[in-house]
Amino acid sequence: MIETDEYFGQKSFEAGESEMLKRTVNLAFSKCGKVPSDADVLFSGDLLNQCVSSIYAIRDLNVPYIGIYGACSTMAEGLMLSSMAVASGFAHLSANSTSSHFCCAERQFRFPLEYGSQRPPTAQWTSTASGCIVLSNEKTALKITSATVGKIVDKDIKDAANMGSAMAPAFADTVKMHLTDLSLTPDYYDLIISGDLGTLGSALSDELLLRDGIDIRNNHFDCGCEIYDLEKQDVHAGGSGCGCSASVLCGYILPKLESGELKRVLFGATGALMSPELSKQGESIPGISHAVAIERA
Amino acid sequence: MSEISKKDYNKLSDSLAKKSPIVKNTAFAFLIGGLICAIGQILLDFYSSLDVSDKVAGALVTVTLILFSAILTAIGVYDKIAKLAGAGTLVPVTGFANSIVSPAMEFVPEGYILGVGVKIFSIAGPVLTYGGLTSVICGLIYYFMRGAL
Repeated sequence: MIETDEYFGQKSFEAGESEMLKRTVNLAFSKCGKVPSDADVLFSGDLLNQCVSSIYAIRDLNVPYIGIYGACSTMAEGLMLSSMAVASGFAHLSANSTSSHFCCAERQFRFPLEYGSQRPPTAQWTSTASGCIVLSNEKTALKITSATVGKIVDKDIKDAANMGSAMAPAFADTVKMHLTDLSLTPDYYDLIISGDLGTLGSALSDELLLRDGIDIRNNHFDCGCEIYDLEKQDVHAGGSGCGCSASVLCGYILPKLESGELKRVLFGATGALMSPELSKQGESIPGISHAVAIERA
Repeated sequence: MSEISKKDYNKLSDSLAKKSPIVKNTAFAFLIGGLICAIGQILLDFYSSLDVSDKVAGALVTVTLILFSAILTAIGVYDKIAKLAGAGTLVPVTGFANSIVSPAMEFVPEGYILGVGVKIFSIAGPVLTYGGLTSVICGLIYYFMRGAL
């Protein structure tokens, strides 16, 4: 689903982001013949302070809600929690959703939209996008087979215009932990998907893993690099934001898994746990990445 | 992950990062910044040809450039020029105008008092604070030096 109105018919960008998320959640449930209130729990989070996009989107949906924050790793975090809820028997039907909006993120984290500034080549473009996945304890075409909870990894990157570098070590760490825990080699997965590392972060994570003897260069797929046409669209190092990996997963990867074009993927959304205030205080940017394995049943 | 030190990782990141095109950026900053100054000079010559003092003519140039900058910001053009020009549009008074108009536009949904009123100087604030402070210090120095002479 693509919308050309950046306000989604609302009065402010924040209300627009909530509307986008609400439509996404409704769409995801309608695709499986359900409504949001059928779910036992919905995990949702976003980039804005107090996770307001999620709260105002879910306010009218009459569904038990747990708010989560994992910056741009939220899709993987939510999917992991949602699958844990279903696997443990806590929920029969569970869902997770997230969103990001370029205009909201800019005003919260950076400058007003019309302010004239130059972005460095390492900067990324927050995607205006969202995604929602509904999980059920009934047999479906796809299943979650395993998940790895990521650790916070901080390699002292302080440049807020270089999130890819801040997140790459976390992704490398989680991928390594996942493969080691399950005694797998990278080629077990058709794709090893990172969230929004962008061109620089992808190169860095590949390099870090290579130093540990893990070569994912052939099947590494970065949503941030793929969501935009890096040649034609002026987004510098690629896309970012919760909605970036969420929409690429829901709109591009899952259909390919359903059609059988892909058999199994590892989805490792990546988050830069950055706060503008703490950055001004001189703190570095901690990174995190959670990995969820999705396979054809 | 084999423990790469923070220092080594920052080095690795720097070595792989695409660098800003300094020559291109500087050239555009020079050309567009120079163009804005040239427009200022044309305006100054024009205003001087009218029946006003030099002081008033100078103030009129500043006001006119600020007006142009505000209009270009409002119609969404200024940020596109600034993307190319960098410091060329940041340093002249046009950049200062843009830094005030852009938050004024951005924070309308939060209301005219708590939105626009609070946020309007969120970028220009440091310039106003330290510009004011510097002028007070200079004024004091001038006052006492004049007394000593």
